[in-house]
Amino acid sequence: MDFDIASILAIDGLASGAIYVLIAIGTVLIFTVTRVVFIPFGDIAAFTALTLAALEMGRLPGTAGLVVVLAGMATLVEVVALLRNGRAHEIPGALLYYLALPLALVGVVWLSEPLYQSSMVLRILFSLILILPIAPLLDRIVYRPIADASVLMLLIVSMALHFALVGLGLLFFGPEGVRTEPMTDAIFEFGSIMITGQAALIMFAAVLFSGLLYLFFDFTLIGKSLRATAVNRSGARLMGIRPERSGTIAYIVGSLMAGVSGILIAPVNTMFYDSGFLLGLRAFVGAIIGGLVSYPGTAIGSLFVGVLESFASFQSSAFKDVIVFSLLIPILIWRSIVSVHTEEHDEE
Amino acid sequence: MPLLTIEDVSVSYGKVDAVRSVSLQVEEGQIVTVIGPNGAGKTTLMLATIGLLRSFGRMTFMGEDLSRLSVEDRIEKGLCLVPEKRELFAEMSVRDNLLLGAYTRYNRATINNELEAVYERFPRLKQRHKQDAGTLSGGERQMLALGRALMTKPKLLVLDEPSLGLAPLIVREIFHTVASLRELGVSVLLVEQNARAALETADVGYVLETGEIVQSGEASSLIHDPRLMAAYLGGH
Repeated sequence: MDFDIASILAIDGLASGAIYVLIAIGTVLIFTVTRVVFIPFGDIAAFTALTLAALEMGRLPGTAGLVVVLAGMATLVEVVALLRNGRAHEIPGALLYYLALPLALVGVVWLSEPLYQSSMVLRILFSLILILPIAPLLDRIVYRPIADASVLMLLIVSMALHFALVGLGLLFFGPEGVRTEPMTDAIFEFGSIMITGQAALIMFAAVLFSGLLYLFFDFTLIGKSLRATAVNRSGARLMGIRPERSGTIAYIVGSLMAGVSGILIAPVNTMFYDSGFLLGLRAFVGAIIGGLVSYPGTAIGSLFVGVLESFASFQSSAFKDVIVFSLLIPILIWRSIVSVHTEEHDEE
Repeated sequence: MPLLTIEDVSVSYGKVDAVRSVSLQVEEGQIVTVIGPNGAGKTTLMLATIGLLRSFGRMTFMGEDLSRLSVEDRIEKGLCLVPEKRELFAEMSVRDNLLLGAYTRYNRATINNELEAVYERFPRLKQRHKQDAGTLSGGERQMLALGRALMTKPKLLVLDEPSLGLAPLIVREIFHTVASLRELGVSVLLVEQNARAALETADVGYVLETGEIVQSGEASSLIHDPRLMAAYLGGH
């Protein structure tokens, strides 16, 4: 291997690493706020890619149907819960929030078909609009009724949810793989190093969204309330910060980042309804390197996973996943040695 | 109409009753204390009042039934609890902790004045406003917990063992602060093992033993009660 090949592999690895950064940061965000290891994040990324592809072909994407079904279920669950708790007066608000709002988003995309035929930016925007309600609705249907369960139980439910989503993906998107139009065919050259415009765009997006998230946490009250929920759940409740609301915001922010990653990867990788799992799992390895709490650690970990994967596939393509996932074992050993156990806050 | 009415309230952990048909009242502007030994159910009663524990019986706050209200609803109505464990946001700055106190009623225009008011009351917090809450000393943490609670603009502040684990000088400062809340129009429900300091500060006292109220009355008369004195006040 000479320098040229190494540099190509490194750039390629950093680009896929940047994709994992976007997904992994969302995973950490959701885990710290809700204690849920949200495995279906990879699926959210894949579904965004499939949505964008459908819009390019001028079809109403399967996501629309998925959102309508989930909105119906979430509304049902919420109304039943409100009735059982004697809070019937809150039903109109619930209908607005869980039914009218998601349906309105789908309606906007449906009605504006002539618009998105002409503009790639609009297609990307509409793909994100369609994808954003999915995770918050799943949260309402699946996780909120068991919000106080153990982390392990929430993880098992996440696995089940992932398989359910893959099945729904097949139903709504069909078995064909898709690849979307390239966003740019620019190529930058620095000496002997070549960077494709798409790779640069991916890395730029990872930096941009990490920066935005940082600003959100540090400079907005909602961002601070999310951190507060993550740091001390009962303390946050005692300040009137509703963990359910923090959870919903975390799912929306996380879905946005996963959605962006799906859009960026769609022109370079062929995406199928079940492509999300490996994406999510690699991002998860990155998140584990950050201990599922540290954002900088997660970003470095995800980039490392991307680079390792790239070099591993050059050495022996068949073994790249073996190499990447075997990495988990030394990392977990290392983490269990160095991690300091701080004073645990009891969950009530 | 009393601010808070607790009527025939029981709380149990599984089959064990921690609190049995307790009744008490807090009038507007009053400081009411619940004293009693370790394990009497004081903390349990407070957690039930704020809604973190399920209870049976009737609780009303400003005439409104609390039973269907979540913890967060109760905070919005003007109830606030400073728990025994303080429950600060350890990895966030002192300033952010205070800001989040104002979460339910955040107003960009007035927030700086509100912060200043808290800093005036606790100048130590101003010196440390950029530090993480987790790096503060025990006394400073209690001040931050009180300051953060005051940022919620409570009508009734429930304090669970505010003097626990603190040095005597700081305990005096904390009780001084509690007494000064009257001027702010904040009523206080104070749970304490430090019975003497609590009774000296409060208007009305209740004595809780093994989950039941065994005695109640004006704080000034309870403090001279010979039986209480022997049990909790250690004589003179």
